[in-house]
Amino acid sequence: MAELVAVIASTHHPFYYRASTSTGEDRPPFADEWVRKVEAFRETLTRARPDVLVMVGSDHFHQLWLDNLPQFLVGKAPFYDANFYNEEREFGLPRMLIKGQEDLSAYILREGLDAGFDLAFSNELRIDHSITCPIITLRPQNDLPIVPVYTNIFAPPLPRPQRFVQLGRTIRQLVESWPSDRRVAVIGTGHLSLELGGPRQFGPHGPDPEFDRKAVEWISTGDIEGCLSEVTLDSLHLPGNATHGFMDFMLMMGVAGEGRKADYVDTYDLFHTMEAYFTWYPDGGAS
Amino acid sequence: MSKYLLNKFLFTVDRDPELVERYREEPRATVEWWESEYANRILGCHSGESSTWLRFDDTEREALAAHDYPKLFELGAHPFLTLTLFIAMFERDHPPLGFQTEYARRLAHARLPYPDIAT
Repeated sequence: MAELVAVIASTHHPFYYRASTSTGEDRPPFADEWVRKVEAFRETLTRARPDVLVMVGSDHFHQLWLDNLPQFLVGKAPFYDANFYNEEREFGLPRMLIKGQEDLSAYILREGLDAGFDLAFSNELRIDHSITCPIITLRPQNDLPIVPVYTNIFAPPLPRPQRFVQLGRTIRQLVESWPSDRRVAVIGTGHLSLELGGPRQFGPHGPDPEFDRKAVEWISTGDIEGCLSEVTLDSLHLPGNATHGFMDFMLMMGVAGEGRKADYVDTYDLFHTMEAYFTWYPDGGAS
Repeated sequence: MSKYLLNKFLFTVDRDPELVERYREEPRATVEWWESEYANRILGCHSGESSTWLRFDDTEREALAAHDYPKLFELGAHPFLTLTLFIAMFERDHPPLGFQTEYARRLAHARLPYPDIAT
């Protein structure tokens, strides 16, 4: 069976690429420390020596639209083009082409359907910065095949937080039962407190530092029960109007497991949002 | 009232560089053209298979024609779509992050719970 060698949860900050590649007067003062933190985080994936990446993210109204919107979707294609015109325009993100691990996509779809998740699929999926940001930060050489998993954290009605945790648990079971000798890492990105298009956006910190503190505690200690006892679809409006992206972190807590402390935790308080980086090694260390 | 149609306008304009510029320069004419020519297109369907029933109400049409993003927020347009398109149109007229902070300031009167964005 395949081996789950790392579970990684991260924020995805579309400004990282431009900040980290800018020079001279264009380089923001927070860039050097940000790069240092990201490179240390990258090492936690590198040392796990993965062959395949399952990548959890959320389309930001790029390919998926309100006339036909899946709650959970798995890409099944040999390749994925990536990033869109408006991400190039606003964030300076590059166009990318990423290989797909189509047999694992097929396995997750078949077994996921049988496990009670009515997963949608796409045979031609252009992926956006929720998945390309962690490739840029964690695997910039872009040399590994992926299985993209999209969740709806964006367009109500949304699945409830418990459902994200359940899907995470199921993804873990499916990766570990995949008849293959490949080493698989599951990487998911979301947000802590975040406001977009509202009065609390682009402040000196994330819109709700207290929520961020609690969220980092839940994630780093694997406190799924505590997290679920406080987080609801309604409560997520309070820390910021885009905070439902936190449910992708909850999905990753489901992958990592109840009570499972993260082996690596780091944060970086930036304007607008708190960056947060977590890595778990299911066997207790990269071997 | 059609939050869906407001979102569809923001979505389809935002993804088309020509329409972004056209909406910036001639908002009222662009909204009128879009409502008559584009509003009923089903984006994933053959162009011959359009809807027949989608239209803005007067408040929605005026909010779009006036570039009135605080009003769009109030009407429950998806804040991410509004923000992304308005950054594309107006960030260039401000110092770095200046438009984003002005945008926040113009919405400063909003209190929780924000307008419902469910479509």
